[in-house]
Amino acid sequence: MYEFTYHRPGSVSEAAKLAGEHADGKILAGGQTLLPTMKQRLAGPSDLIDLSRLDDLRGIEVKGGVVTIKALTRHVTVATSADVKAAIPALAELAGMIGDPAVRNKGTIGGSVANNDPAADYPSACLALGATITTNKRAIKADDFFKGLFETALEEGEIITSISFPVPEKANYQKFRNPASRYALVGVFVAKTGGHVRVAVTGAGSRGVFRVKDFEAALDANFAPAALDGKSVAASGLNSDIHADAEYRAHLITVMAKRAVAAAA
Amino acid sequence: MTAVSMTVNGQHVSAEIDPRTLLVQFLREHLRLTGTHVGCDTSQCGCCVVHVNGDAIKSCTTLAATCDGADVVTIEGLAKGDVLHPMQAAFRENHGLQCGFCTPGMIMTAVELVRRKGTDLDEHTIREELEGNLCRCTGYHNIVKAIGAGAQAMGAAAE
Ligand SMILES: Cc1cc2nc3c(=O)[nH]c(=O)nc-3n(C[C@H](O)[C@H](O)[C@H](O)COP(=O)(O)OP(=O)(O)OC[C@H]3O[C@@H](n4cnc5c(N)ncnc54)[C@H](O)[C@@H]3O)c2cc1C
Ligand code: FES
Ligand code: FES
Repeated sequence: MYEFTYHRPGSVSEAAKLAGEHADGKILAGGQTLLPTMKQRLAGPSDLIDLSRLDDLRGIEVKGGVVTIKALTRHVTVATSADVKAAIPALAELAGMIGDPAVRNKGTIGGSVANNDPAADYPSACLALGATITTNKRAIKADDFFKGLFETALEEGEIITSISFPVPEKANYQKFRNPASRYALVGVFVAKTGGHVRVAVTGAGSRGVFRVKDFEAALDANFAPAALDGKSVAASGLNSDIHADAEYRAHLITVMAKRAVAAAA
Repeated sequence: MTAVSMTVNGQHVSAEIDPRTLLVQFLREHLRLTGTHVGCDTSQCGCCVVHVNGDAIKSCTTLAATCDGADVVTIEGLAKGDVLHPMQAAFRENHGLQCGFCTPGMIMTAVELVRRKGTDLDEHTIREELEGNLCRCTGYHNIVKAIGAGAQAMGAAAE
């Protein structure tokens, strides 16, 4: 690891102030992505702003048909929350599929969404459920938030404080995991909210998480796996690597989308 | 330098450390508690799992500074004097180890698993929960057996 100056602020405003003062600094949440990258010297922040003392950034609330999860809430908490299981079971299941138990005991929803790894699980839930990402400055619609590989609409020093998910009529997440890394080789989140279907795909896109409008239109007309017969995503925009080539990923997207629809219907 | 103080295996410890110090380095190099192992140093293998405030976490992927004020338990903190913890005893009785390198992490993971999911664990659950713990020797079979038996023994010991 490169050297850094360590800060442990006691409030969100203090954290935001520190983040604003240190343009080359980084926020530390669960550390399950940032610390491995710093150990490999792929990241070398001048300052590390550790949010671990900010207890008011932890917690889950269900109110008025919306599930709001604060940024520092760990994957294990979402996976086991009776409130999330009752309101959006697919979201609790998704959280329970992230990494392994020790990763889920540390990793946070805010860190996962801020990081926008192209194979991460939460971004697909945000897009498919039409979530709103709230920061210390503003509220951002998921459709405007994810900008590409590891890129988001977050500005320097902006801190995610919570993520709100409208409760859908139906939803399901199907993940084809890479057995070694546990990340999604392809993950498809299907949700029907307010009568409209949204389909979001993670793990496959060369620019990160994306929606499949063609699938959405077909499922709006008929919410059944058969509605996706003969439909597929073009392989040209998908990743090819040693784990799977683009054609295989394209095939998996349709398969996982059909499974998600079958499980949700 | 950053000041940290925490409780490790029931003992209060304080130190001035480089903020880069990982929890596993703090345990092994500062406190000489070498039971916690580093298998991969890339967050994959689970050999470094310890408990922080009751949660099983990878100590190679946690800063010691973040654990300021925390209650940490390592493999050295499980036995009561010469009496092994029921999970440790179960690993010995069921041949749940060969070289033993992964064992501290396996046992710390297993003990937390019992706390979360109870003492009646089926094989499927145990295998799923071992997702983050790699063993290069045993083929897992006896580890799974040991954890099932250790969980039962923990239940019996608690009665
Ligand atoms: C072995 C292993 C397996 C994994 N498997 C999966 C998997 O299957 N699926 C999956 O989705 N993920 C997986 N992960 C990643 C894991 O989910 C991480 O917890 C997550 O990506 C990052 O969350 P964190 O809290 O650890 O963030 P950190 O590592 O602390 O931070 C990540 C990034 O987000 C920024 N950040 C953190 N919090 C905020 C905030 N509130 N506001 C603004 N910026 C912020 C940080 O500055 C940093 O750039 C895995 C990780 C490991 C080590
Ligand atoms: S040494 Fe920590 S996970 Fe391998
Ligand atoms: S017993 Fe040797 S690595 Fe598990």
